[in-house]
Amino acid sequence: MDLVIIDTGCANLSSVKFAFERLGVVPVISDDFGVIRRAGSLVLPGVGAAPYAMDNIKAKNLGSIIKTAKQPLLGICLGMQLLFETLEEGGKIIKGLGLIPGHVGPLDTRDLPSPHMGWNQLHPLSDFALMNGVDSGDYAYFVHSYGAPLSEFTVAACHYGNPFTAVVRKDNVMGCQFHPERSSKVGAQILKNFLDLSA
Amino acid sequence: MLAKRIIPCLDVRDGRVVKGVQFRNHEDVGDILELAMRYRDEGADELVFYDITASVDDRTVSPEWISLISSEIDIPFCVAGGINSVAAAGARLSAGADKISVNSPALARPELIDDLVGAFGTQCIVIGIDSFQDDDVYRVKSHTGDPDKMRETGREMLDWAREVIERGAGEIVLNCMNQDGVRKGYDIPQLKALRTQCTVPLIASGGAGEVSHFKDVFEQAGVDGALAASVFHKSIIAIPDLKQSLKNSGIEIKL
Repeated sequence: MDLVIIDTGCANLSSVKFAFERLGVVPVISDDFGVIRRAGSLVLPGVGAAPYAMDNIKAKNLGSIIKTAKQPLLGICLGMQLLFETLEEGGKIIKGLGLIPGHVGPLDTRDLPSPHMGWNQLHPLSDFALMNGVDSGDYAYFVHSYGAPLSEFTVAACHYGNPFTAVVRKDNVMGCQFHPERSSKVGAQILKNFLDLSA
Repeated sequence: MLAKRIIPCLDVRDGRVVKGVQFRNHEDVGDILELAMRYRDEGADELVFYDITASVDDRTVSPEWISLISSEIDIPFCVAGGINSVAAAGARLSAGADKISVNSPALARPELIDDLVGAFGTQCIVIGIDSFQDDDVYRVKSHTGDPDKMRETGREMLDWAREVIERGAGEIVLNCMNQDGVRKGYDIPQLKALRTQCTVPLIASGGAGEVSHFKDVFEQAGVDGALAASVFHKSIIAIPDLKQSLKNSGIEIKL
């Protein structure tokens, strides 16, 4: 069964693709409804601005096919943020995909520099196979200015000024605020765990 | 806790990694991918590839080698040099660069920063600043890749840094030229001066010569990362030893 990276037309897709290739899996990058529907698992990557990404998803009519996906679906960074109900960016509230309850807002970093950029520690809060082999205190690479607060759907937390959701999951839908494709061995372990979920 | 970053910088000229002293007299230090893999294996937190000839010769870095690096490397990397348009930045980000760094073209046309931030977001737009201390003034220079083409900009470093942050830059790399390549330590007073007003991540560049220099710049200037080239290329400092030593000093470091 194929691993499909959903082509939203705005993201840095190649580094995610390369990361799976290093694990011996060749993903398909596609925005084709049939290809996405038949996929064994789905990745929603994302870099850039949320309004632009949601506009692209709408323009490609990808919203309903993502929302009704039954396969394991992994959102990465902005792709994770898009899974929530609402997102705030540049003072405006936009609607997300609504697959996970909650709101994504500006990170309150207190007196720390923003964006939150660099390697920070993961703290698993609940058991989920995506985090197999990842210990509390392991580092992952983050780069973002917005985030989701902790909720009942938080699988792992991170702390920068305040705690926020680093890994989220509801049913078949999950997301990482960090970039597993750029998080060295820890990131590779998480991507491998994701592949195992759909095996 | 967010870890302080150790960032080897690979100056690239004609597809090879080179290093000069105070931006002059470049010597060949190796193959791009080979060095990138070595630093990845040694625990570098991030890599910067700086095409030092790009702005000067009006060429641009090649998305092909960016793609090659991206396919092999599982840590973030930034690409700099000659990126003077949204299209040029987009090509590099699509090829797999995590961030792009802009220096001379932003000085020539500051609106470029707004355009890049609008297209790709704050998080992947880094501004490099080459600063030279002249008496007690920090002056911004441009086109520093070639001493014959280097230009005065008429700008002061602290003013320019404030402007690039206002325009949405997500990170600043401050290269203190008086210190570059001479391995006498980072320019702590200058970095401290910028740190107090810099609300985005700040990376120190220029002057690393020994382990204590890294310790000093993290503890005294409060920077988020420290960039160095020759001490790593020439194996004067081994990254695993450096990181262990910093961690032993109580600095937040990812080993």
